[in-house]
Amino acid sequence: MLMIPHPTWAGWKVWRRNWDVFFKTYKVNFLPPFVEPVLYLLAIGYGLGMFVGEIEGIPYVLYIAPALLSISMMNSSFFECTYSSFVRMYYQKTFDAMISTPLSIEDVIAGELLWGATRSLIYTTAMLAVLIAFGVVSLPASLLVIPFSFLAGLLFAGIAMCFTAITPGIDTLNYPAFLFITPMFLFSGTFFPLSVLPDALQVFAITVLPLAQVVTVTRSLTLASLSPLFLYSLVWITLCAAIFFFLSIFLMKRRLVI
Amino acid sequence: MQPIIEAHGLRKEFGALKAVDGINFSVMPGEVFGFLGPNGAGKTTTMKMIECVSPRTAGILTVFGQDVDVDPRGIKRWLGVVPQETNLDPDFTCLENLLVYARYFGIPPPSARKKAEELLSFVQLSEKQDVNIEKLSGGMKRRLILARALVNSPRLLILDEPTIGLDPQARHLMWEKLKALQAAGNTIVLTTHYLEEAERLCNRLVIMDQGKILVEGTPGDLVRQYAGEEMVEADHTPPVVACLQEMGVRFEVHGDMVQVFSDSPKEVATRLLSTCNPGRVFVRRGSLEDVFLSLTGRALRD
Repeated sequence: MLMIPHPTWAGWKVWRRNWDVFFKTYKVNFLPPFVEPVLYLLAIGYGLGMFVGEIEGIPYVLYIAPALLSISMMNSSFFECTYSSFVRMYYQKTFDAMISTPLSIEDVIAGELLWGATRSLIYTTAMLAVLIAFGVVSLPASLLVIPFSFLAGLLFAGIAMCFTAITPGIDTLNYPAFLFITPMFLFSGTFFPLSVLPDALQVFAITVLPLAQVVTVTRSLTLASLSPLFLYSLVWITLCAAIFFFLSIFLMKRRLVI
Repeated sequence: MQPIIEAHGLRKEFGALKAVDGINFSVMPGEVFGFLGPNGAGKTTTMKMIECVSPRTAGILTVFGQDVDVDPRGIKRWLGVVPQETNLDPDFTCLENLLVYARYFGIPPPSARKKAEELLSFVQLSEKQDVNIEKLSGGMKRRLILARALVNSPRLLILDEPTIGLDPQARHLMWEKLKALQAAGNTIVLTTHYLEEAERLCNRLVIMDQGKILVEGTPGDLVRQYAGEEMVEADHTPPVVACLQEMGVRFEVHGDMVQVFSDSPKEVATRLLSTCNPGRVFVRRGSLEDVFLSLTGRALRD
């Protein structure tokens, strides 16, 4: 029976539960977004950058700064809505407890997805502060990365939740992590331009890989120079975020309502 | 008086498996209604359908006079659920568990806090309010779940194996709390396979097996009807069996004991003692356990 899910605003209570837990342990949670960019900037941006020099006329460290932000959007929301959501669903039975209240399963998953997007926003904002301090992103255009990180986070959260809905166990979540996230991390125009890839792979990246779209948009913003693909990528992300939002709720409902 | 729950021909199928196979029952306000049965009898599945969490395959099921499919949110607003599996939120303390749960019901924070403190005191966990869940004993966790189920002042409390895995002290404390809730006029539905629990707590109960309800009644009536007020047990030896056959009474052999069902158990015991050299003879009160075993058999379930 195919039905379009209809989550309600009651889902914010689920979002709020995750927010409360996040800020209970904020000292641990805030370490990665501050430490990670520093390490990458130093090692790859400045270290490797010394040999690379410029890419497409842009100093290497400026070239990878938006990639670091994009990867952070992807990782923070994807891993939240795969491993963490799976733990809450399967091991902690948190979802079961929630649906014994007036919350529906649609509300619960919507809350989880919005939380994944929020986590992307929090991490990206923290990382952006570091990048601003290093002076590797242009202002004020880069500030638009903050709202954008929510949208990009929602996209990866939705994709992640689809995997969570169909995975038999927590170990099989390693497949999307290694076969989908890791290759994307490397081949989405992050550390080198897509133009060096064979034509077929370029087309593949530009039409299929979510991270490639996110990098296009973020790079346009941090360099304050619009890529010709900017609008295309933004529309792509918005559409897919909406599709995966509803698809993942539908799949989760199919898994949990028996 | 309108029943709190009413089920007619209620069914739940998982593929070819008939988990609940056309059951009828109704639960009246203020009643403690029990579902007894071996594992796999369909008790938990029935609870999940009442909780508006699992959709039925067929039949009629109303809670508070409303069909469960029409407005599940409206029904769930007034339910308190103690699930079989402990699903407290391990990321929070005892008090936070109640507050976060109250938020799911849309209870405003000030009244939630007042209610939470009241309930922690009711389940004797006030001193543990700031302790994390993982530091609690099994009994404390079950009591906290009971408190959590009461946070929305439910009109119907559903308890799925409320004392499963508890030691005797913890179980008695739980019973005490449930008795207090019963005395306060709460309507409670519970499942259990502890017969003693059902005998102590339930006004009325059904015994389920393989998705069907076998019998329904008060614990006392069921014992009288299916086990007799009292029964005789004796060592299973050939002379005893010969004697019993001679007396023409009905008996069953269970391992090294024979159980005798008779309207005059004391006479049977006296005759056994005086004429058959029986070894040990006991006369004891019939129990729900006897009813249960005679109805569902002794084969092991899993």
